[in-house]
Amino acid sequence: MTSTRTNPRTNPSLPPAAAGNRLVAGTSLWHDAFKRLQKNRLALASGIVILVLVASCLIGPNLIAAIWGYDYETQDLALGARPPSWSHPFGTDFYGRDLLTRVLYGGRVSLSVGLLAAVVAATIGTVYGAVSSYAGGVVDSVMMRAVDILYALPYMFLVIILVTILGKSLLLVFLALGAVGWLLTARIVRGQVMSLKEQDFVAAARSLGTPARDIIFRHLIPNTLGPVVVTFTLTVPAMILQEAFLSFLGLGVQAPRPSLGALINDGANQMLVFWWTLAFPGGVMAVMLFALNFLGDGVRDALDPRMRR
Amino acid sequence: MLTKDPYHEAVLTVRDLRTFFRTDDGVVRAVDGVSFSVGRGETLGIVGESGSGKSVACLSALGLVPRPPAYHPSGEVWYGGRDLLQCSERELEALRGDRLAMIFQDPLTSLNPYLRISRQLTEVLEVHKGASRAEARRGAIGMLERVGIPDPARRIDQYPHQFSGGMRQRVMIAMALLCQPEVLFADEPTTALDVTIQAQILELIADLRQSTGTAVVLVTHDLGVVAGSTDRVAVMYAGRIVETGATEAVFARPQHPYTRGLLASTPRIDTPPGSRLEAIPGLPPDLGHLPSGCPFHPRCGRVVDRCREEDPSLTVVSAAHAAACWNSEATA
Amino acid sequence: MKPASMPAAPRNLLEVRDLSVRFPVTANGGWFTQRQESLLAVAGVSFAVPRGETLGLVGESGCGKSTTGRAVLQLLRPAAGEVVFDGLPLHTLWVKRGRSWAWGPELRDLRRRMQMIFQDPFASLNPRMTVEELLAEPLRNFGFPSGPERRARIQSLLETVGMDPRVIRRYPHEFSGGQRQRIGIARALALGPDLIVADEPVSALDVSIQAQILNLLQQLRANLGLTMLFIAHDLAAVRLVSDRIAVMYLGRIVELASATAIVSAARHPYTQALISAVPAPDPVAEKTRQRIVLQGEVPSPLNPPSGCPFHTRCPLREDRCIHELPELRELAPGHTVACHAVSAPAGRG
Repeated sequence: MTSTRTNPRTNPSLPPAAAGNRLVAGTSLWHDAFKRLQKNRLALASGIVILVLVASCLIGPNLIAAIWGYDYETQDLALGARPPSWSHPFGTDFYGRDLLTRVLYGGRVSLSVGLLAAVVAATIGTVYGAVSSYAGGVVDSVMMRAVDILYALPYMFLVIILVTILGKSLLLVFLALGAVGWLLTARIVRGQVMSLKEQDFVAAARSLGTPARDIIFRHLIPNTLGPVVVTFTLTVPAMILQEAFLSFLGLGVQAPRPSLGALINDGANQMLVFWWTLAFPGGVMAVMLFALNFLGDGVRDALDPRMRR
Repeated sequence: MLTKDPYHEAVLTVRDLRTFFRTDDGVVRAVDGVSFSVGRGETLGIVGESGSGKSVACLSALGLVPRPPAYHPSGEVWYGGRDLLQCSERELEALRGDRLAMIFQDPLTSLNPYLRISRQLTEVLEVHKGASRAEARRGAIGMLERVGIPDPARRIDQYPHQFSGGMRQRVMIAMALLCQPEVLFADEPTTALDVTIQAQILELIADLRQSTGTAVVLVTHDLGVVAGSTDRVAVMYAGRIVETGATEAVFARPQHPYTRGLLASTPRIDTPPGSRLEAIPGLPPDLGHLPSGCPFHPRCGRVVDRCREEDPSLTVVSAAHAAACWNSEATA
Repeated sequence: MKPASMPAAPRNLLEVRDLSVRFPVTANGGWFTQRQESLLAVAGVSFAVPRGETLGLVGESGCGKSTTGRAVLQLLRPAAGEVVFDGLPLHTLWVKRGRSWAWGPELRDLRRRMQMIFQDPFASLNPRMTVEELLAEPLRNFGFPSGPERRARIQSLLETVGMDPRVIRRYPHEFSGGQRQRIGIARALALGPDLIVADEPVSALDVSIQAQILNLLQQLRANLGLTMLFIAHDLAAVRLVSDRIAVMYLGRIVELASATAIVSAARHPYTQALISAVPAPDPVAEKTRQRIVLQGEVPSPLNPPSGCPFHTRCPLREDRCIHELPELRELAPGHTVACHAVSAPAGRG
C-alpha cells in the first residue's frame, strides 16, 4: 500500500471505484510534529547526545569490566587519586576506583530513576487530572483540593523524614519523587480537559452513545498528550536533579554504588586538590540536563504551532 | 488591466500586487498579480471565498502583512503620489490611521481589551493630529455619537468587552474615521454580526461615506452585501482577480464561470423550497499546488484544452467590465 | 371491550411542549461574593415535527436555537417542558446519580434514532482519530463487531455522503472544511437515525461548499426519509431546506408557519425585519428596496425585557407590549404569531 502524499484532497465527485482499492495512508498530527522536530537542529543534536549518553551508561560499565576488568567498586589503594590518563580517561578517585566507570554507572542510576519517576508521574497525573475535570462538580473540587494540599507540603522535608524513618533505599527515593511529580501534570491536564470537554467532538461522542470511560481515554486524554509530553521531557531533568540532591545529602544510593549526585558530593569536597573528581561527574550531569532541556523545548515547539488547524 | 471608472478620480491604485508566503510546504502565492483602483467617494467590493487572497491583498497594500513568513510584496500601490510598497515603516505609520484606515472582522480581537476605548480613540487623534487630550476626547465623543453609540460621554470610558458585537464594530468604525481618512479598507466588517445588525452597520458605512467622501474597499464573501453596498466589484479566486466591473454589470451578465457559480450557489430568500442549488463542484484551490493554466479549470463546467495550458489574463468585455476567461464574451 | 391493539405510530415524530433551558451564570456580586444567576436560554418553546418533515429554526445569535436543538436531543437537561419522540416522553428517561442527572438506559438506547450534525467541521471531529475510527465509534457503541463487515459499512457511509471510501486512514486535518462536514454527516447517519438535528451545518463553510452540502442534505433527506430540525441563522438556506419555519427571538418562538408563508407573508415585525435585512445578490433590487432597519441592540438574555421581548426594538410597539407577553395565536391555518399588534383579539381567518 503506497502512501500518497500528493494532493490529499480527493475530489468528492470522483466515482469511488476508480483506480483499485488501495487505501490511502494518513499522516497523523504526531507524524507532522515529529517531522518538525527533526528540522530543529538543536533539538536533534540534543536527542543524539541523549541517545549516546543512554547507550554509554547502559553498556559502558559492562564493556569496561569486560575489557579492562574493573567495575565501579574495584579499588586500587596503591594508585589513589590520579588525574586523567590513558588507562583511566576520567582519572581515579581517592580509593583508586576508575572514575569513568563510576560516572557511567552513576548516569545509569540517574537516568533510570529520572525516566521512571517521570513516567509514573505523567501517568498518574494525566489520569487523575482527566477524571477530575470530566467528572466536574464536587468530585473535581475535592480532587483538586487534595492536589493543592499536597502541593503546599514542603516535599523535600517529607522525603527526608520518610527516608530517615524507613531507611535509605533507591526504591524509596524513586517512589517519593514519583509521588510528588504528578501534581503539576494533574493540574495541566485538568486545565486542558476543562476546555476540551466543551468541544463539539466530545458532545458528538456523547451523542453517539460513547460511555464516559471511553470519552476520557479515547477522546480527552489523547488530545492532552501534547502538553503532557512537553511536561514530561522537562520533568525528567528535574527528577534527575532531585535524585542527585538526595544522593548529595546522602539519602539516596548507598556507597559504594555511585550516583551522579553522590559523585558530585565527593568531588565537591576534594575539588581543590583532585579537580577531576568534580569536573567529570558535574560535566556529565550538566550535559545531560542541557540536552534534555533543549530536547524538551524542541518537542514543545514541534507540538505547538499547528496542533489545531 | 484596470477598469477605470470614468466618474471617480482614483485615490488609490494597486498595480500587479504579488504577495508570497514561505511555508513548510513551499511557497504559497496568496496574491498573484492583483490590480485595482478606487476613487473618491466610491465603494469597491472585493469578493471571494477563504483562500482567495482578498484580505491579504488589503493588508499588503497597507504594509501590514507579517514578514516573515511573507516575502515583501512586489508591485505598486500608489497613493498620494507615492508607492506605498517603497515607503519606510515610519512613513507608513504616519499614513495609517490618518489617511488610510482599516477595520477588521472581529472587533473583539482588534480592539485592545485592556484599554478603555477612550484611550484607544484619543490616541489616534493625539498621534496624527497633535490634539491635546481634552480636544481628542471631545472629538472622540462626537464621533461616537455620529456612529450611533448611545450615551457616548459615559460609554467612552468603558472597555471593549462591555460593548456588544455591533457596538464594538461601530467603535472600530469611529476609530477608523476619526481623522477623516481618504481610503477605508473594511475586511469582512459584518461577517461576525447578526443580519439585523449587519443592516445597521452597512447603512452606517454608506451614510458616513456619503458625508465624508471616503473611498471604501469592502472585502467580503457575501454576494448580497456586495450587491447592496458597492459601486464596483472585483471577484477574486486563487490570488487573482477573475472578474471586475460595475456591480450591476457583473451581476447582470457575469462572464467568469466562477462568478456565475457563486451567484447560482447562493440561496436566496425567494428560491423555492426544495430546489437544488447549482453548486460549484470540487474543492477550494490549494494555493501551494495550483494547477497549470487557469486556476479554476478543475472545477469549471466549460473547460477546454486551452484552459489547462494557458492562464487567462483580464480582458475587457465591455465598458468597465473585464473577465479572465477563455470563454468570456471577449475571447470566445 | 376492544381487544388490545398496537397503537398506530404517532404522526408527529417529535413533539416539544413548553421547553425551557436554564444556564447557571456567575456574575460579579461585589467584593467577596459571586452572584449565581441563571440565564433562561430557552423560555417555553413548543412545536411539532411530523415524520419526514423538516422544521427550520431561525434566529440570530443568542436566540436559543442551538440550545433548543441540544435540549431536544437531551444533550442538555431541560429545566422544564416535555420532549416526546415517537410517543416516548424523553424527559422522563433521566436518572439521578447522586447530585447529578444522567441518561437512563432507554435514553442511551434512543441515541440510535436521533443524531446531531454540528456546526464547526474543525471542532466536531477528534483530530487524533482516523476517519475509520471516527465512523466506527457509533457502530462500536451499539455492538457492531469489528471486522470486514464494519469496514464495509463505514465505506458505504462515506460513499453515501459523496466521499471516496479509500480515505478512511486519513486524519481530519488532511481534509477541507466541506469534506470534514461530510464526514460529520456520515457519522450522524451511521446508526440509521430517524431524526437529525442539524445545528448550523453550513455556517462555517465557504459559499460554494455550502451549496454542495445543502444539496447533499436534501438528497439524503429524500433518500433516507429523515425527519430534520434544521437550525441556522441564514434565512435563505433554511427556507430552501425546510417545510416549516419557526422564528426565534430571545428564547421564544415569535412566528411559526410554512416556509413559503414565512417568506412571502410574514406577520411578526421581527420576522419582517429579518427578511428585510437579508441582502439579496441583486444590485438593482437592493438599491431600490426599502429596508426595515431595526434600531438598538438585542437585549441581553440575562436581563430580558418585560412583556414581549421584542418591544424594545419594535416599530409596532403598543403599551400592552411592555407589560404583557403575547401568546402564539393562529392567524391563518398553520400560521401562528406571537404579537399583540398583529393578532386580532378574537379569531380572524
